[in-house]
Amino acid sequence: MGFFGLYNYWIVVFLMMVGLYIVVEHGNLIKKLVGLTIFQAAVFVLYISLGKVRGGTAPIIVEGVEVYSNPLPHVLILTAIVVGIATTALGLALVVRIREAFGTIEEDEIEDQDGPVI
Amino acid sequence: MIAHLPALQVVITLIAAPACILVRGRDFAVALTASWAAFAVSCLLLDRVLAEGVISYELGGWAAPLGIEYRVDSLNAFVLLIVTGIASVVLPYTRSSLPLEMMREKTYLFYCAFLLCLTGLLGVAITGDAFNLFVFLEISSLSSYILISLGPHRRALTAAYQYLVVGTIAATFIVIGIGLLYGATGSLNMDDIAARLPATGYDRTVIAAFAFLTVGAAVKLALFPLHFWLPKAYSYAPSSVSAFLAATATKVAVYVLIRFLFTVFGIEFSFETLPTAAPLMLLALLAMFVASTVAIFQDSVKRILAYSSVAQIGYMVLGISMVSAPGLTASILHLFNHALMKGALFLVVGCIAFRQSSFRIDDLAGIGRRMPWTMAAFVVAGLSLIGIPLTAGFISKWYLILAAFAHGAWWLAVLIVASSLLTVIYVWRVVEVAYFRSPTSGSVAAEPGEAPASLLVPTWVLAGLNVYFGLDTTLPVGIAQHAARALVGAVP
Repeated sequence: MGFFGLYNYWIVVFLMMVGLYIVVEHGNLIKKLVGLTIFQAAVFVLYISLGKVRGGTAPIIVEGVEVYSNPLPHVLILTAIVVGIATTALGLALVVRIREAFGTIEEDEIEDQDGPVI
Repeated sequence: MIAHLPALQVVITLIAAPACILVRGRDFAVALTASWAAFAVSCLLLDRVLAEGVISYELGGWAAPLGIEYRVDSLNAFVLLIVTGIASVVLPYTRSSLPLEMMREKTYLFYCAFLLCLTGLLGVAITGDAFNLFVFLEISSLSSYILISLGPHRRALTAAYQYLVVGTIAATFIVIGIGLLYGATGSLNMDDIAARLPATGYDRTVIAAFAFLTVGAAVKLALFPLHFWLPKAYSYAPSSVSAFLAATATKVAVYVLIRFLFTVFGIEFSFETLPTAAPLMLLALLAMFVASTVAIFQDSVKRILAYSSVAQIGYMVLGISMVSAPGLTASILHLFNHALMKGALFLVVGCIAFRQSSFRIDDLAGIGRRMPWTMAAFVVAGLSLIGIPLTAGFISKWYLILAAFAHGAWWLAVLIVASSLLTVIYVWRVVEVAYFRSPTSGSVAAEPGEAPASLLVPTWVLAGLNVYFGLDTTLPVGIAQHAARALVGAVP
């Protein structure tokens, strides 16, 4: 269980940071959504990793097998994946509308367009 | 029937949401019936909780901790009452306010999103299952992004987009926290987690879970300095949506924070093992002063109210950070009272929108004479926001100051009063322009006349409740004290 024994969690942390960095760094609204999706995907991997039981097999009852992986995190993450898809779809729909309204999807160009209104 | 009230609380609005799309012509009637039914259910639930104690409901007959448990105590019964109550007042209002802000034939989509948002908020409040909480949180968040994007100005789209990005990160933080908690304890039921946590020895996994959950909830409730999404979202959303979200969404997020800090992690771990109280108090005080000061310098009424919301959330978090029964009483009381006052104030803004398109302070010159009823409601709710005696706002400030003295910190009481003075300034700025300045010739084109009764009645219902609950405080104070005592573990 050294450094490499937990490699799946290191991958999670790496993906999470990459996703967050893209969200913060990029001015392009689509790229931000890509970052957000990577960030969420990292959490999916985290949950799936949690369900792994050492030496366990897939949670289907078979004779002669005593140890099964925990299926609950997998079920939970199915729900979270659906939520993630809904978020991405809504985000993309908003980007389409933003492009229709502003003619661009670059954050700084949108900021320049109208002054302080309302 | 009565035994299934907790499920009905969520199911009614959940089924009504797609029904709005199926029966397009009658979408308003469906939405109104559903939200009033939900309000009736929440009244019955609150009544039963106060009479019989905590209600535990096993969804689908699966026993907790394996099945999903709906758990209603006095705290979340009160939150349910606030959310359904505000929805029931705001919905009739949308009948007249929506056609101004969006295409008439598309309103069924609005009502569908509105009911989904309501369902999500109710679900977050009622569930006793941590993962279920995340799912409902996302239902309410996704629909609130839609509602905000429907605002009349194109900036509403970018405001909704920004809220979507920030809100999703916050919700993902919460789901990471829940996942780590599950990893540490092997349970998703909140009470079960609380019972199993001591056995984990509060290792690093639990501390990380605590950090993720607290920060995620703090973004959702717009705790300074994580509030940056809120002013834009509230100032570009349709007025009815601003009123609904300002009065309910952040309140439910405050509830989530209280639930995790006090019920799941427990006072000992949250505040004694980890130094959570001091940073929370500092951020709350910063919110009260910085956001109020920023509000003073805003040009638009809607922006003033949005920044004021950030400041008011500071009061609620301040009560939490005292970690005492009086402090929590003040917080929970302010949840209720702030919903009344901010709801009323945003509805007033919608009344103004009925006659003119601008919310800039300069364009409101003399509006007190053109729209006497509208602006009178603003004054009443504004006085409540400041905390003048005989209004609901005074009651929450009073209990907050009492809690500060009970906490042994007289300087906190001084700061609470001082920040109220900032509130006086920004409320007065609007009142002064509305009543004491005559309309300039160059001001924005505005139709003469008062807002229609269909807008004024809901506005005045909320404004009137501000006065009513300033005089008769038995209901909110009683429930708040009951809930606070249960949270700190004293015998209720």
